[in-house]
Amino acid sequence: MAKTESTFKNMFLVLSGISLVAATTLGFVYEKTKVPIEQTNLNKKLDAIKQVVPSFTNNPTDDMFLLPTDEGDSLEIYPAKNNDEIVGYAVKTYTNKGFSGYVGLIVGFKPEGSIINIAVLQQKETPGLGTKMAEPQFKDQFNGKNPSSFAMTVKKDGGQVDAITAATISSRAFCDAIQRAYNTLQKGGLK
Amino acid sequence: MNQLQNFTKGFFKENPILVLVLGTCPTLATTSSAINGIGMGLATTFVLIGSNVVISMLAKIIPDKVRIPAFIVVIASFVTIIDLLMQAYVPSLYEKLGIFIPLIVVNCIVLGRAEAFACKNTVLSSLIDGVGMGLGFAMALGILGSIRELIGSGSIFGYKFISGDGILVFILAPGAFIALGYLIALINRIRKAN
Repeated sequence: MAKTESTFKNMFLVLSGISLVAATTLGFVYEKTKVPIEQTNLNKKLDAIKQVVPSFTNNPTDDMFLLPTDEGDSLEIYPAKNNDEIVGYAVKTYTNKGFSGYVGLIVGFKPEGSIINIAVLQQKETPGLGTKMAEPQFKDQFNGKNPSSFAMTVKKDGGQVDAITAATISSRAFCDAIQRAYNTLQKGGLK
Repeated sequence: MNQLQNFTKGFFKENPILVLVLGTCPTLATTSSAINGIGMGLATTFVLIGSNVVISMLAKIIPDKVRIPAFIVVIASFVTIIDLLMQAYVPSLYEKLGIFIPLIVVNCIVLGRAEAFACKNTVLSSLIDGVGMGLGFAMALGILGSIRELIGSGSIFGYKFISGDGILVFILAPGAFIALGYLIALINRIRKAN
């Protein structure tokens, strides 16, 4: 078969044809993977919620509601209920003060406001330094603390938090995200 | 050139990373551990095989003047497919490699093989070229990832055998340059000796 010549008509037809086939294939793959992707994302969120609140009987993602923050946006709150009694709130919070910007956390609070546990959802901090925020040595120091009586800043800034060595900015960001979650929850009037 | 040579050239003689030094951006970025490097390598292999086969089939009907846009559409489609598949079925790997997967589109190796090989050769040769080049790329990334993980965090494939942190700089970007530089120097030395 001879090589197709570069006439306008040929170029138009071939490029349109290739794009059409590509678009159809992508549409098909997108449809096929849509459900598994949603399922994976949901499972990831549910796993994180399970880590930070006591065992629950409801479906926290169904009962999710939004509370406004001081900055004008809002946080997702996942209430954990055990036989209709609220046992904790999982708050999906964030900060933009990380060393590489956005850090997403999920923080579990008891109804009276003390922290149960924290899970890191998303971060792109320096590997080996800021990434240690996801390790128990750092993040477990907050467990059982109530931000109303626990100064949520690093010791260098006069607070009570042991910062990660060589990653003070990441540690500050972590505190900032927790504080945001706590303030939002308190302002929302949830006890 | 027989098909066996065609297959093996990607591993040593024309290794995309160590000899041709193509596609260094994803190489430096993703090789912070052995498993990440190999994951990225295999994802690229998939795209390379797919694009090589399709482009060698279409080579005759694509007019010369629009060949680059046509190649890019084919390559981008394969990249998007693997992006979606990884999101759906290997979320843990996707989390680590996620931002680099779309970059496979602009990886010089993929377009380079389409331009230099697939559009001039048969479907079978292009398939073998894609597999060889892709696996050669994955191998180079695996080796580089292992070196960096070993020195940087004292482990290989997540299996830790030195306690403590290791030399942190090897996990960071400068370490990637250092390790790749020495690796290429070593390969050049071996090539000269032969």
